[in-house]
Amino acid sequence: MSIVSFLLIIFTSLFFTGIVIRTKSIFSGRKGPGFFQPLKDIRRLFRKGAVYSKTTSFIFQIAPSIYFASVLMAIFMVPFGNQPGIISFQGDFIFFAYALALGKFFIIISALDTGSSFEGMGASREALYSLLVEPAFFILMGSFALLTGHTSFYEIFGSLHFGSYISYGEGTLAAIVLVFIALIENSRMPVDDPKTHLELTMVHEVMILDNSGFDLGLILYSTNLKFAMYGALIANFFLTPGYEWYYSLPIFIGVQIVFAVIVGTVESFMARFRMNHNPQYIFMLTSISLLIFIGVLILKKFV
Amino acid sequence: MSNYIAIKNNQTIPVQNIPVLDYEDFFALNTGLIQHEENHCVSYFGYRIQDKLKLTCCMANDTDGNILISSCEIKTNAREPYPSFTAHHLSFHFFERELHENFGINYAGHPWLKPVRFSFDRTNKDSRIENYPFYQIKSEELHEVGVGPIHAGVIEPGHFRFICNGEQILHLEIQLGYQHRGIEQLFLNKKKLLQRTTLAESIAGDTVAGHTTTFVNLWESLCNYQADEDLQFARTLALELERLAIHTGDLSAICTDIAYQLGSSVFGRLRTPLINFFQIWCGNRLGKGLIRAGKSNFYFTEGLRKQLEQLLDAYENDYGQMWEEFHTLPSALARLEKTGVVTREQAIAIGLVGMAAKTSGIRRDVRATHVHDLYGQLNHQPVVKHHGDVYSRAHLRNKEIRQSMGYIRKMLQNIPQENKNRRPLSSPQPASFTLSLAEGWRGEICHCAVTDKDGELMHYKIKDPSMHNWLALALAVRNNEISDFPICNKSFDLSYCGHDL
Repeated sequence: MSIVSFLLIIFTSLFFTGIVIRTKSIFSGRKGPGFFQPLKDIRRLFRKGAVYSKTTSFIFQIAPSIYFASVLMAIFMVPFGNQPGIISFQGDFIFFAYALALGKFFIIISALDTGSSFEGMGASREALYSLLVEPAFFILMGSFALLTGHTSFYEIFGSLHFGSYISYGEGTLAAIVLVFIALIENSRMPVDDPKTHLELTMVHEVMILDNSGFDLGLILYSTNLKFAMYGALIANFFLTPGYEWYYSLPIFIGVQIVFAVIVGTVESFMARFRMNHNPQYIFMLTSISLLIFIGVLILKKFV
Repeated sequence: MSNYIAIKNNQTIPVQNIPVLDYEDFFALNTGLIQHEENHCVSYFGYRIQDKLKLTCCMANDTDGNILISSCEIKTNAREPYPSFTAHHLSFHFFERELHENFGINYAGHPWLKPVRFSFDRTNKDSRIENYPFYQIKSEELHEVGVGPIHAGVIEPGHFRFICNGEQILHLEIQLGYQHRGIEQLFLNKKKLLQRTTLAESIAGDTVAGHTTTFVNLWESLCNYQADEDLQFARTLALELERLAIHTGDLSAICTDIAYQLGSSVFGRLRTPLINFFQIWCGNRLGKGLIRAGKSNFYFTEGLRKQLEQLLDAYENDYGQMWEEFHTLPSALARLEKTGVVTREQAIAIGLVGMAAKTSGIRRDVRATHVHDLYGQLNHQPVVKHHGDVYSRAHLRNKEIRQSMGYIRKMLQNIPQENKNRRPLSSPQPASFTLSLAEGWRGEICHCAVTDKDGELMHYKIKDPSMHNWLALALAVRNNEISDFPICNKSFDLSYCGHDL
């Protein structure tokens, strides 16, 4: 049964971006494309051949596959309520973070491989933001490891008890931090704007300017998967263990939809940040994580 | 005798009345005039007369509405370089670069005779964009980013070369000229008035009313024709409608560039009915075909008035709400304020015009200083902002939108009767010089014409406000982040084809 979470994430990834785009369309007064339009675009790309620039090396050709594989690998470790992920071991959340980092590393060096000045800028921005996000994620997961005394996703989420007001607060803060991390890692607003056509302001989009056809399809689909993956992580805070699947399943899907609608709403009603404000903003997540950590210390000491 | 002649906007004078000076006096006169802040150069051009080149410099005085014309004849194959105006005042840089490029005049002390456009008829045919040496700074820490000539949003072509220190722009070089169509030459080649009017409509697609009004005013003055009030009414209305539509579209584009979706879609939607009104009026969304010299094919009827009033009522309400939302949104203000600043000193030095000048604290608006058409009745007071940043330019648009709406409503109260039997246009006066200024939505448009002894066009000179203002963009982005370039660029919204001609 450990395959449940994997299948659910694949399933949600099919319509997640569709919901985001539809939300934005409705807020801007348009009808918008169908929920499955992003998926259809990816299918179209999958049927195309890729074009490679003469200045690129084999790195550029293997990077999209590695990126895709790294996201899949990370998804293997995400549990679903009281079901562990396909892979589960002590300290798997560290492996989770670095599997994703490996994929990102390859996308970054493949962007540098093209020799384009735009892609170099994008790579530098992406590397900086990922670097800044990392402490937030580790302090967050470390705090919960300390709280529960376990070091794997499955056990941490399985033994989270929300007993006191502090721990409810912790859960809420953690969900917020994860939403923000997901937004940054997926290069969404307010840090990056996936819709922009301006190379100079892009972060993630500019790194994949040279990718085409199948490779581009892989990268785009990985983004959908990553969104659903973070959605699943957030959902895990709300899936109290011991509940039957007919409770867990609607909660899981519901959390994913709410998450997608939040992303769409944020992107409709605010402007994106100036590039040099982004690091400050991302550091804020680390400080929220530190708050969680202090909360955990208080819980361990006094409760 | 004075060494210049003062004329008013749209006034025709015999060419022989323009004093011809030697280069020293010409130089001293014009570099002296520009020291006064009220004067700025609206056009400075040359044309061949036998083996000589006749330079004509037109300085506009914003206080008394005079335009001071002086001229000079020089040899193009002179060994000695001529002293450069630009060395004394940077605002001449564009005109001298153009003269250098077209006629091979050498200048002493010009800071950078950078090519304006790589036209087919330039003097030095070996200098091409393929071998153009872009400005470089040698340093390990710096990197270059080249953008274009194909625009990411597929608008118009232009090349931007940034030299950056990390994310910060140290220097931006803008190289245009990819759209050179030889419009000024076409004005001479095409002999029919209709052909020429159509050419004027095609100078810049977003300023059809601006350039066409300037052309027809010039042509009517050249033919000694006083336009009826209903013609002037249509031109003024078209200019203000165009300003309203493009400013709204620009606000939408500014929102798009900061990824503010609500503003982008609402302002975008508000722009469409305005543009479509041109379609209802004259059958073309850009207003082509509306303005003709000495006649009008589309009288502004009572039915049109009702439609426009309804349209404005609907527009005003939605626009007001959206602006309120936009200019109080912290995330939007954080992007716009203190971004892309052009100081007043810079603005004066480079001779900024139009919207960009008005946001840097210069009161320079043809509608107030060199009135034409019905602007005398409207008693226009230019909006002036002082910060010179992207926010000022957005805010100025808002103020001008409201002002234009007021003017349109005022004009609609009193629509002049159509003159059914108009006097036909005569042919242009021989050996004359005319200058016409109009305030397009972007700024001051200047057209000059010189006729020969048979009344044929001998030279036609067009100046779009973009020619002055592109340099302001290059200065504004310095020390800003490279990711703020698109928003700076959009806040000026300059024309590529208007520059390239």
